[in-house]
Amino acid sequence: MTAKIVIGLDGTDTGERALAFAKDLASKLDACELLAIYVIEWSPFTFQTAEENEQRHKRREEEIALATTRIVDPAVQALRDAGFNATGLVRHGDVAETLNRLAVENGGTQIIVGRASSDGFAKRIFGSSTQNLVMHADVPVTVVG
Amino acid sequence: MKNIAKTGLLAATTALMASPLAAQDAPGIDERVNEVFANVTGPFVSAIFAPFPGTEFPWIVMWLVVAATIFTIYFGFVQFRYFKHAIQLVKGDYSDPDDAGEVSHFQALATALSGTVGLGNIAGVAVAVGIGGPGATFWMILAGLLGMASKFTECTLGVKYRNEYPDGTVSGGPMYYISKGFKELGIPGGGFLAILFSVFCILGALGGGNMFQANQAHAQISGIVGDYPGWITGIVFAGVVFAVIVGGIKSIANVTEKVVPFMGILYVGAALIILVVNYDMIGWAFGQIFAGAFTGLGVAGGFVGALIQGFKRAAFSNEAGVGSAAIAHSAVKTKEPITEGFVSLLEPLIDTVVICTMTALVIVISQQLIIDPETGNYVLNEAGNAISTVDGNSGVALTSAAFGSSISWFPYVLALAVVLFAFSTMISWSYYGLKAWTYLFGEGKGSELTFKIIFCVFIVIGAAASLGPVIDFSDAAIFAMAVVNIFCLYFLMKLVKVELFSYASRLQSGEIRKFAH
Repeated sequence: MTAKIVIGLDGTDTGERALAFAKDLASKLDACELLAIYVIEWSPFTFQTAEENEQRHKRREEEIALATTRIVDPAVQALRDAGFNATGLVRHGDVAETLNRLAVENGGTQIIVGRASSDGFAKRIFGSSTQNLVMHADVPVTVVG
Repeated sequence: MKNIAKTGLLAATTALMASPLAAQDAPGIDERVNEVFANVTGPFVSAIFAPFPGTEFPWIVMWLVVAATIFTIYFGFVQFRYFKHAIQLVKGDYSDPDDAGEVSHFQALATALSGTVGLGNIAGVAVAVGIGGPGATFWMILAGLLGMASKFTECTLGVKYRNEYPDGTVSGGPMYYISKGFKELGIPGGGFLAILFSVFCILGALGGGNMFQANQAHAQISGIVGDYPGWITGIVFAGVVFAVIVGGIKSIANVTEKVVPFMGILYVGAALIILVVNYDMIGWAFGQIFAGAFTGLGVAGGFVGALIQGFKRAAFSNEAGVGSAAIAHSAVKTKEPITEGFVSLLEPLIDTVVICTMTALVIVISQQLIIDPETGNYVLNEAGNAISTVDGNSGVALTSAAFGSSISWFPYVLALAVVLFAFSTMISWSYYGLKAWTYLFGEGKGSELTFKIIFCVFIVIGAAASLGPVIDFSDAAIFAMAVVNIFCLYFLMKLVKVELFSYASRLQSGEIRKFAH
């Protein structure tokens, strides 16, 4: 069976470390696919003005384009340059939930993420996306420090 | 809706302010503006608010209630049959996770609600109960329940016939469904009616959605900090609104959009606390509501008086049939326009059946209305046109006193809530007005800026002067929107029925199913 490693990118150094770890792991496996995912944090239960709603579709396209060109495409390209079979995805949603869902949908065998990249008050109360993922994931999760 | 009718406005304003606003800024000019304006617009206002011959029942109220009843029957009590489905849609059970990032049903509903929840729920209800007695609440709830079907009809059409532009932005509302829907059905006159609707919508936005709000916000602020010139409030409000709608300072709108729902929850929460503390009186209060609904319990006009007040305030509060909500709801991401119709029917429920009823219960339970201990009937004031209250309050002041009798500091929170509600209504209506404006004059930076500047100027005018006739006129303009909108809905409702049948059969067959989340 081919292993499929899902990497959660977040556009920061910790995401980069997750990517490096995944690369290292993949190089030790015979057959391995890599799926790099960037999730744009978004909730359907927020309050917006009518004008924001009107613009929302356009903004979403812009957000996806930006995340693709700035974060996911360079990561995928780097993996391919290193000789790996790699693809990328950009989605909106709750980071932990979406990473897990996409991993399951795409047949991912494990998820690799960086540790919480933010620190502060909110994290103390709500926990980080990484924490949530570790607690609820349906596939094994590796957290890279 | 936040437009309470003229009686409510005058009562609230008089009760809250030590001296009339008009006295502050060049009274001569204000008086002349009032006079000229009243003469020009008087016939229009009188026509809209005219009572049926020999009664005091305004025909426009009947127009809205009859329409709501017809839609309810025509769609087979859709508001009850699809209530659970509406909740599931709002929860996102039927939303494709791959559409995440688009406008959700919840967001469209919340946006529309922030445009309707406000002064109507706080001041309008107090006026209804103050004049029509607790029995008005019963008729208000009934009108709210019926109004759910009107919302369902107009919001489904709003999404179905919206314009989607190549850049991904959308524009929708009655002007679009009237012109496109009539064309589809081969009925002439759609273009003209759409233009007529847009004209009324612009006038309603500048008046009820703007000047009235500015005026009431100033009344609230000056009621707490003391009297000061209204134009100061006007300039501040206009500045903030300008920053949001012209300057694109999203953060202010974002803060408001988050604070307003919080205020709404706080308001309902406070009402619930008062009800829980006085739980032994809830049965009695409902008894008063039911008894009053059919006997009037001594109010002016008897049970008919209660009925008129209840129907009137519900219509004024939830805007069902006015067409404004169809503009707000049309930005949702869905392949099925009717799903937004289902979601929108929750709006009159939340606005009227829940929030308005809370206000009414608190007023009744706090015993602000004076009852004759011998007859059990309500005691009328000296003029004989309203129920006597403990401190002679009416409108916002009555609601404030009712909450204040249990929670002493709540009137301050209420004042803040009124100001914020006023602000969020202005932002909502600036959008509704803008959509009507661009429908008439085309979309483009110059055209949009012109409207936005006019809108801000009207805020200052609204806050600075007590322009009774202007406000009467703007209320009338909002209800004129309902005349055009409902007239057209009668022609277009069969298109909604086609959608309803198609959706219902696909829902039953399992073609439309929940997504695993």
